[in-house]
This record gives sequence, C-alpha cells and structure tokens, in this order.
Amino acid sequence: MESVRKKRRKARVDETLCVACGCCVKVCPLGAIAVVNGLYARVDTARCVGCGKCAKECPASVIEVQEVEV
Amino acid sequence: MKKTNQKHWYDYLWIASLLYLILGFFNILFAWLGILCFFIPLIISIVRGNKAYCNRYCGRGQLFSLIGGRFGLSRKRDVPRWMKSKAFRYGFLIFFFAMFFQMLWVTGLVFAGAADLRQVVTLLWTFKLPWHWAYHGTLIAPWMAQFAFGFYSVMLTSTVLGLITMILFKPRSWCVYCPMGTMTQLICKARHAGEKNSDKSDFVTEK
Repeated sequence: MESVRKKRRKARVDETLCVACGCCVKVCPLGAIAVVNGLYARVDTARCVGCGKCAKECPASVIEVQEVEV
Repeated sequence: MKKTNQKHWYDYLWIASLLYLILGFFNILFAWLGILCFFIPLIISIVRGNKAYCNRYCGRGQLFSLIGGRFGLSRKRDVPRWMKSKAFRYGFLIFFFAMFFQMLWVTGLVFAGAADLRQVVTLLWTFKLPWHWAYHGTLIAPWMAQFAFGFYSVMLTSTVLGLITMILFKPRSWCVYCPMGTMTQLICKARHAGEKNSDKSDFVTEK
C-alpha cells in the first residue's frame, strides 16, 4: 500500500520582513503562532490549521497561507 | 486546551492612550506621562529581550485596531512594499530621532534662557497649532512646559500619521514603521545575536 500524501493549508511568515508586532498572536484562535525573542513571528505548523486570520490581520502583510504536503 | 480569547487587564490600555491625548488638550503637563511609552518598551527589550510591549501592552496599537478594525475605519489594504522595507523603517527611525533631539535642543534653549517658551504644538514637524489653553501658569519651570509641548507634538504627530495609514492600509499599519517598534526589534536582534535560531520563544502563545 502506498502512503497517501495529504495537502494541508498552513500559515507561513516571511521572517525577514516581519516587524514582530504580535497582531497575529492576538487573533490566532489556536495559539499556533508566537513572536520569537522579539525578532519575528513563527508558526507552530503542528497546531496551525491554515484559517488565515493571522494573514488577514498582519499589518505588514508578510503572512501567507500556503498548501504544504504533510 | 487553553482559552485563547480571554481578556486581560492590558487589553484595555487603549483607554490610557486615548486619555493621554485628551488630557494633553486640557493641561499640557500630562504630556510628560508619554515618556512611559518610550522607557517601558526600551527597558523590556533591554532587560527581557522581547517585544512584549508591542505584543501586549501598546495602547496605541490597540486603539488603531479598535478604530480601524472594530469600527471599520480602515480600507484594510496591504501596505506598499517600500513601507515595510528596512531602508524606510530605519530611515524613519533616524528621522524621528533627529526630530526628537531637535525638540530636546529647543527645551535646552528655554532652560538656558536663550529662548522663550512657545505655547504651540507642532503637528507633522511643520504646522504650529495654538495650544495656549493647555498651559495654566508659572508654577513649574518654563523648560518643563516647553518639553511638554514638544513631547505632546511628537505623540500627536505619530498618532495622526498612524491614523492616516490606519485608514489607507491595515488598522495597525503604524506598527510597521513605528520607531519604538523598530528600535526594540533592533535591540532584540542585538540581544539574541549569535544564538543559533533558537526555537524557544520566551513570549508564549497565550495572549
């Protein structure tokens, strides 16, 4: 039996342009995003369901929801 | 699972930000309180090495997300690419600093007696607004009043800029080029320089 590759939607932060304001953290319903050491936001892909709330909120628009294979 | 939509005391700090602007309209000396918005984020970033101020406590950011988000006074468009570039953010920080030191210089002139107190609030570093009704007397030294007028000018200018970009772009687009935010992020960069991409976030996901 071959393993089935599933596609899932996950948020991805462009860390080079993130201003670490934390707006995404406030809107994430699953607590799946955090600001690391005041540098940038990082997504916990295990928890993220790709709802896109963070991407919509991000003032710098540096979060994208992408389809990834898991 | 942890409750993530719970409100905390610090979610109401937008009231303090709003009150600050209102109080400064009636008595300019309240402008002195604004130095809290300078020192608290700096101290947090230096001591703790994070941006908890931006992330949790910034009342100005909350005010923008309330007016732009909840009240819908924002087009909610993406900010232009140049606005989030390092060049613009660092450039604006330097410009803001230069204007800040110019303000301190004027305060120094009044302190030294080389200039008279000017009861004006300068908006956007250009427009002199009459503000004499907020100055009530001679009990405090003129330089202290001058600093208050200068500091209130800084706060009002940044609020107006923030409101403009709030309407044009996302509600909290001020955060993208906020000089305090840029500065604290730079401090965090310096603090965590050399740490190899640590996954440990000392600011946890709970709000």
